[in-house]
Amino acid sequence: MKKTLMILFLIALLSLLPFFVGKYILYMTIHILLLSLFALGFNLLFGYTGLLSFGQAGFYGVGAYACAKILLVVPSLLLGILGGVAVAGLVSLLLGLLSIRHTRIYFSMLTLCFGMMIFSLAWKWRDMTGGDDGLVGIPRAPLEIPGLFRINMAAMESYYYVVLVFSILAIFIFYRLVNSPLGLTLQGIRDSETRAACVGISVRNYRLISFTIAGLYAGLAGALLPPLENTVTPPVAHWSHSAEPVLATLLGGIYTFAGPIVGSFLFYIIKDIIVRFTEYWLICLGIIVLVLVLGFRGGVVSIFSQKGDR
Amino acid sequence: METLAFQGLVGLSLAMYLWLLAAGLTIVFGVLGILNFAHGSLFMLGAYFAFTFYGLWGVNFWFAILLSLLSVGIVGYLMERLFLRHIYHLDHAYQLLLTFGFILIFDDAVKMVWGGVAKIPAMPTFFEGTFSVLGRLFPIYNVFIIGAGFLVALVLWLLFEKTWWGRMVRASASDREMASAIGVNIPTLFTGVFVFGAMLAALGGALGTPVRVVAPGIGAAMIIQAFIITVIGGLGNLKGAFVGAVIVGVLSAYSILLFPVFELFLIFVIMAVVLMVKPQGLFGR
Repeated sequence: MKKTLMILFLIALLSLLPFFVGKYILYMTIHILLLSLFALGFNLLFGYTGLLSFGQAGFYGVGAYACAKILLVVPSLLLGILGGVAVAGLVSLLLGLLSIRHTRIYFSMLTLCFGMMIFSLAWKWRDMTGGDDGLVGIPRAPLEIPGLFRINMAAMESYYYVVLVFSILAIFIFYRLVNSPLGLTLQGIRDSETRAACVGISVRNYRLISFTIAGLYAGLAGALLPPLENTVTPPVAHWSHSAEPVLATLLGGIYTFAGPIVGSFLFYIIKDIIVRFTEYWLICLGIIVLVLVLGFRGGVVSIFSQKGDR
Repeated sequence: METLAFQGLVGLSLAMYLWLLAAGLTIVFGVLGILNFAHGSLFMLGAYFAFTFYGLWGVNFWFAILLSLLSVGIVGYLMERLFLRHIYHLDHAYQLLLTFGFILIFDDAVKMVWGGVAKIPAMPTFFEGTFSVLGRLFPIYNVFIIGAGFLVALVLWLLFEKTWWGRMVRASASDREMASAIGVNIPTLFTGVFVFGAMLAALGGALGTPVRVVAPGIGAAMIIQAFIITVIGGLGNLKGAFVGAVIVGVLSAYSILLFPVFELFLIFVIMAVVLMVKPQGLFGR
């Protein structure tokens, strides 16, 4: 009950945010929401399934580029976002089939490899992706269903609500997913692959499902980016971008549902605070990573929920 | 035809930097079981130290390289003693994450100390000039690099196959507990191996200083190539790392010439195919 109230309060706060704050905080909040979606998907793979992927930025990139490509041809926001998610889902299904042949370090290497393949296409395939210039002039197209409604998106506030609705929906679906038999099965596989296989669980199929969902969430986060920024550039697909959901998840907590969301919030807050004092904020982030790995592997959420380190 | 042969030579000199980098990475993985994400950053530190001693302070070139190796060796020593030591028992994911944290720290630290601008010191005079190979001009320095790479390969082979220390290292790589039971001091050996790997990376970085760009971020760029090489050759396999480095170096040199658009893509395809078909690497058992 207390939890439900908290969540309702949070949703109300986020919904009313444009009335209180300026464009900058709104812009930051959109980025926090995008990273939350990105990190949630990553954590399904890492925290719930036990597979550390270093290639999630590849799927983020696919979502972003696909959405941008669609918007450059058809100015329909809904089509762009859903199209981006669909393409990212398809790509992650295909690459998932290949990646889940391995676990542990080989899985990390293989996903790193696939992610960098996507990056190298974005970077070099000039005709398709605009090369290192990226795609520019992507319109923040109106949200419309022909014959039903049409909402102009020119104002940042309007687009904020689109991102918010997509995020709440996606987070709600994610919550249902991990608390369903699917979520429990994935954790079972993480804890003991052999045991899971012995009770008749198809370990490969479940890993593939997990991989694809993670790709869908990365793709959604990616697809929501181009209408905000009006451009897409190759670094969104680079492996160092894959590290962002990893860091956010580590910050917030790996084995908790809310960990990646809290972590994404902290990630941007830390960044925003530290860059006010020094341009060298990455060194601080690096030190935080060391401290977290050595001392607080449960992340911030577990410190407060007192579940402790597992 | 001559262009192809010449380009092969260019690729070979590129391969030698990659080899020095990958050698340390694969040795550390083979013995300590840790895939050091920050290994490329040690390469970068080696380059920066060499740049400082040789390019800024005007220390003799060879002595500058030696000092750079020692400095990075100290960094490696501290890294292993203070941090890595505590995570050997953890899941590999945490090991990757911890070493990833070091990438962030080293990259920013380098910017703090040396600034964000790329640096290229002057070439030592005795390496200036070019050779005429197949009717083209080939820098003497590249010949020196190729020689140095092969020399290091020979020294490593002698060290691991013919010396007592090499035998202890190989024993602990194949069975840590058994090696410990017959009297190998595992913690000390691990520190030694890590420092050794760090110095190899630093050697690659330091040797590249006169001809390659010294800039923040070169470590993070190099580490991915080192991963590709060690995966192709088999994680923990030294011979594989050498062959992998030659494959990647020569192949990049050719594909820059033949199909520049898909050069990077192609190398990742090879890595993916090796990982899927033979994850233990071309030379793995």
